[in-house]
Amino acid sequence: MAKRTKPGATGAVGRRKFLKGAALAGAAAVAAPPLAKAAELPTAALPPKPALPIQLAAAEAQTPPAETFTEGKDGGDFMVDVIKSLGFDYVCANPASSLRGIHEAIINYGLNTRPEFITCTHEENSVAMAQAYYKMTGKPLAVLVHAVVGLQHASMALYNAWCDRVPVFVMVGNGLDAEKRRPGVEWNHTAQDNAIIVRDYVKWDDQPASLQHFADSAVRAYKIAMTPPMGPVVLAIDSELQEEPIEPAAQLAVPKLPRTTPPQGDIAALAETAKMLVAAESPVILVDRLARSQDGIKNLVTLAELLQAPVVDQMGRMNFPTRHPLNQSARARGLITQADMILGLELRDFWGSIHSFRDQIQRTSKPITKPDVRTVSIGAGDLFQRSNFQDVQHFADIDLAVAGDGEETLPYLIEAVRGQIDAAQRGAFDARGKKLAEAHAKSLDEARDEAASAWDASPISTGRLCAELWEAIRNEDWSFAGGGNQTFFSNWPQRLWDMTKIYHYNGDSGGAGQGYGGGAIVGAALANKAHGRLTAGIVGDGDLMYSPGSLWTAAHHKIPVLIVVHGNRAYHQELMHVQRMADRHNRGIDRAHIGTTLIDPVIDFAKLAQAMGVHAEGPISDPKTLGPALKRAVATVKSGEPVLLDVVTQPR
Amino acid sequence: MRAGTGIAVLALLLALGVGALAQDKPPPGDATKGKQIYLADGCYQCHGYVGQGSRSTGPRLARPELTFDKFENHIRKPSNEMPPYEEPVLSDRDAADIYAFLRSLPPPPSASSIPLLNH
Repeated sequence: MAKRTKPGATGAVGRRKFLKGAALAGAAAVAAPPLAKAAELPTAALPPKPALPIQLAAAEAQTPPAETFTEGKDGGDFMVDVIKSLGFDYVCANPASSLRGIHEAIINYGLNTRPEFITCTHEENSVAMAQAYYKMTGKPLAVLVHAVVGLQHASMALYNAWCDRVPVFVMVGNGLDAEKRRPGVEWNHTAQDNAIIVRDYVKWDDQPASLQHFADSAVRAYKIAMTPPMGPVVLAIDSELQEEPIEPAAQLAVPKLPRTTPPQGDIAALAETAKMLVAAESPVILVDRLARSQDGIKNLVTLAELLQAPVVDQMGRMNFPTRHPLNQSARARGLITQADMILGLELRDFWGSIHSFRDQIQRTSKPITKPDVRTVSIGAGDLFQRSNFQDVQHFADIDLAVAGDGEETLPYLIEAVRGQIDAAQRGAFDARGKKLAEAHAKSLDEARDEAASAWDASPISTGRLCAELWEAIRNEDWSFAGGGNQTFFSNWPQRLWDMTKIYHYNGDSGGAGQGYGGGAIVGAALANKAHGRLTAGIVGDGDLMYSPGSLWTAAHHKIPVLIVVHGNRAYHQELMHVQRMADRHNRGIDRAHIGTTLIDPVIDFAKLAQAMGVHAEGPISDPKTLGPALKRAVATVKSGEPVLLDVVTQPR
Repeated sequence: MRAGTGIAVLALLLALGVGALAQDKPPPGDATKGKQIYLADGCYQCHGYVGQGSRSTGPRLARPELTFDKFENHIRKPSNEMPPYEEPVLSDRDAADIYAFLRSLPPPPSASSIPLLNH
């Protein structure tokens, strides 16, 4: 039986008395100054009471039930004890009446530390911040969302986190007892089963009926969220549970959070995989969401170097150093076509990696691999999946599917490979490595040539944008927060920059749901703040219009971050899709801009950011002025402030 | 019969020869007009405003090494992800103008001459 610890008496002693005094004198004050001041207001300062209707006057004449004040702890306080035991650094939230109990407990009883309340202007931002924070630190954040409508706002972001296999700890308010609901809105904002709308894309949820039930379910939810394959979890927390005093006789305890070990792949299967890898003449390692830590990167480098095998990084995480000679991401198709053995590590889409697909009137696909290629997958995705939403991807022909967490499994695979290599093979591997190193150097030269090809163009090319950004940050301890789909700016950072550390890149949205970028960049920057790292991210203009409030959060909480807007002034992916449809009908594309462009008027993102207290410059369309603007921006970020640069860019 | 065959072969050779000449010398096009069409018809969407291309959407087009015939054939019957552009929406004349525009683009600076691309 797990040993339980009694909740400590953490928190502000005397808070209840303070509130009691404030409430007595300040209840009628409108737009009152801070409560301490309100308590000192003389009675004469109160506005005169209007005449009451007869019925109301009669009711008022009756003695109202005496208000009782909570002298001890209430449910919200205990919930904070539980939350603190889980070690959350922050709780991201948009304030909500269904959460007023726990909100007040976090900021007063919990002294607003670990977790500290981060004010978000939209629940989608709260979740996106938490998603990015986890990927940057390996630690989940708590997120509070309002009953019904708050969870509806959060739902798309939760889907992103689910697809991205990222833990997010969500608590949604609720008011279960119909007799105690305030008339009107509180009924609209109550559900018999809040979590049903997101149940298809969270890993677990519960609606605790007591405080001890909350404690047990919170620790259970955390454990489930953090065990690979990771994912978001939801707890519905009843208002009454939050607000009611704890009975003196209650025997509440915070359960112990167990240390968990991620599941690793079967040893015999790894030995078989090692044999295939060593025997292969042209092995390829494909990797997507593998690394959670620097050790994950280090181990993948070790495996690749042992085999002198090419690594194609699909960049769901920062997996492999971009300048390592075995990084062959730019040559993916050619290598896959020639491979006799393919190892996929935590791939989100194995089938898509080894097939071509034509999106023409008749959609066609074909394998790009040799017919006798051998394929092995290692990943936690085989351990848990839901059925409704189709992030499962196309079923792939795989010879051996090893169910297990990739990062955890890698050391065992390395040992198995080590045991298989003899001296003769080592010589052959070295020769292979030499050729790959030459190819890597050639790919880098090609990338530089491509980046040069629209160097002086206006709108500014995405190649130049990324080269200038790299120049501005590369001598700092920097972190690139991503911000969305890297193909939207042609993967330039991965192709041009020297990325080596786990925090040099933070992956993508996972589910490709727009509205991730702003919150994700600010969430990553929040994680980097404690380390004094300079955080930069690139967000699309269309994406940022879903989540502009993330800028205010950055300003309000003084989160230093450089946000660069990739302003191609269109929902460009959709513009291309509409063009494709128009072409199919031979109707011309002169109307494809309808509904797909962000012009007339163009959006002034600099003014938007400035309105929310963020330093900003733009629109910048002359490539010669971009470098100096970035230099100024970096200096301001280093002083502790958020900065936005609005850059007018080429489409991709 | 033999004479007829010989004439046919000669005609074919002549045709091929003329074809080869036609490939060597693209039809005259108006580069200024070509730029307008390139932008209006959305070529820039995948290939960039100055034909620089993108790994994620479409290859580089600036200063094409393709002959005009191959260039136009690819527009009409693309073998890759590109949607086909047929005569009703893009005439031969338009294609020639676009080709002229792409050929008229100045060569880009070399990467080695740009310090930012040498780190």
